[in-house]
Amino acid sequence: MREYSGNIGKNALIILCFLFIVIMLLIPLISVLAYALRQGWAVFWEAISDPYALKALKLTLVTTVWALVINTVFGIFAAWALTRYRFRGQHIIETLIDIPFAMSPVIAGLVFILVFGRIGWAYPILQQWDLKVVFAVPGIILATVFVTFPFVSRELIPLMNAQGTDEEEAAALMGAGTFHIFSKITLPHIRWGLLYGMILCTARALGEFGAVSVVSGHLRGKTNTLPLHIEILFSEFKLTSAFAVSSILVVLAIIILILKNIVQRKGKSEVQ
Amino acid sequence: MGISRNTRLRRHKSNNSVIPGFTLSLGVTLTMLSLIVMIPLASVAVVMTGYSLAEFWATLTDKMALHAYWVSLSCALTAAIINVVFGIMLAWVLVRYDFPGRRLLDGLIELPFALPTAVAGIALTTLYSDQGWIGSLFAPYGIKISYTTTGITLALVFIGIPFVVRSVQPVLEKLDRQTEEAAAILGASPFTTFRRVILPELLPAILTGFGLVLARGIGEYGSVVFIAGNIPYETQIAPLLIMVKLEQFNYAGATSIALVLIVLSFVILFTIHRLAGQIERRIKGGADT
Repeated sequence: MREYSGNIGKNALIILCFLFIVIMLLIPLISVLAYALRQGWAVFWEAISDPYALKALKLTLVTTVWALVINTVFGIFAAWALTRYRFRGQHIIETLIDIPFAMSPVIAGLVFILVFGRIGWAYPILQQWDLKVVFAVPGIILATVFVTFPFVSRELIPLMNAQGTDEEEAAALMGAGTFHIFSKITLPHIRWGLLYGMILCTARALGEFGAVSVVSGHLRGKTNTLPLHIEILFSEFKLTSAFAVSSILVVLAIIILILKNIVQRKGKSEVQ
Repeated sequence: MGISRNTRLRRHKSNNSVIPGFTLSLGVTLTMLSLIVMIPLASVAVVMTGYSLAEFWATLTDKMALHAYWVSLSCALTAAIINVVFGIMLAWVLVRYDFPGRRLLDGLIELPFALPTAVAGIALTTLYSDQGWIGSLFAPYGIKISYTTTGITLALVFIGIPFVVRSVQPVLEKLDRQTEEAAAILGASPFTTFRRVILPELLPAILTGFGLVLARGIGEYGSVVFIAGNIPYETQIAPLLIMVKLEQFNYAGATSIALVLIVLSFVILFTIHRLAGQIERRIKGGADT
């Protein structure tokens, strides 16, 4: 009797969870693809092969690569400095790295306008060298780097803390150099965590909207990333085109999600 | 043998590590942190010194701004509560039950992180508009979802799903089941066991997840901007008001509202962190005595 009622509760909970995920996550995901193909493949193809869409895709990919490279380098150095040594101000640095997480993406964009924009203190310097940051590609890259800044280091720091420093100390005492220690001892331990952080960073960089929207200036074919291109299409009531372009990002999101799950599983099995 | 001796060595001089690369790694870290985060952030303060306190206060307490904070805060709060309920439920189901499709369900949780917010935004707006798949089910009863605060809350629930699940899940996995079994043997109903034995242990993780959803919700832009419809005094969220002020080249106004949001999210995260820490200490303290 007890067992039976427990089963009802269990099944009800499972069904409720499935319903929630289907309504909240799956239907929106499927609706993008359905709306994109509503007017047939020809219209879909036309929307995604539009030169502006392709240029936006290229800018999005370039920005993502920059963010990924910069934040991976930073993540490794920061995790190394913060977990391999003990020094004053360690916690302050850790907190400062996390700031971009706590901030609205719109504010992240605003911050760069206040530095490099017309009212910014760096504006005269930029003018002297004839450089543009705000309303240009460098601003888009900077804003994206800012919002994805903590992603890699945040994955590595707890992992390397748990690992301890014994093996590295042994190697150092036997005369191994810094790079040697890192590539032979540290990296094999943290590779799945590193990959996981890089995947999260890629996902966020591909889709960043608020921060980029502030600094981009929305110049079609020049400073439009794919999410911004989608916004323009949507506000011009070109719904099918907007969803067609979105479907590119949906496919990328699904790939990212699958990769993330593979990496997570590998990382877990290695720890055990 | 060698390793254990080194461990002892390290304990003797705890602050001087034998691992090389301290200057290099700390140097790179501090340089990049300054260039990308610290110097840009400090500029906010520099810009604000150019404006008088009266100006600053006037923008802060402007009626439109006050309403925008309220919309952002109330919608984020509602979304966080909904996410706590479903987050606990999802974490529980994923950890405790085995059923077909469990791994798929688990793998889907992070979809809001992977899906660009603008895509989520236009998808939700279209779905819940009067002609959309879901919105058209509610429209005959006079319930509007897109372009109302209900729509904003919905978008924030979407974006917040992973936070509570992923903070509660690992704690639930590590939980010792003996106390639960003891409670059940002593005659507690499953619900009482959950409420009196399991829930207190999960509370710090739940609070952390709640705080993250709330902070994210207050600042969220991409997924909300489309479904909000940006009607002043009705569905205008605070981040959107920053955008509006920027488009009018009102930098002081935009920066003042940004400061309010920054302070708000820091207060939330700090309070939650303290609260979670206190509860954790109380549980651990209770277990020791």
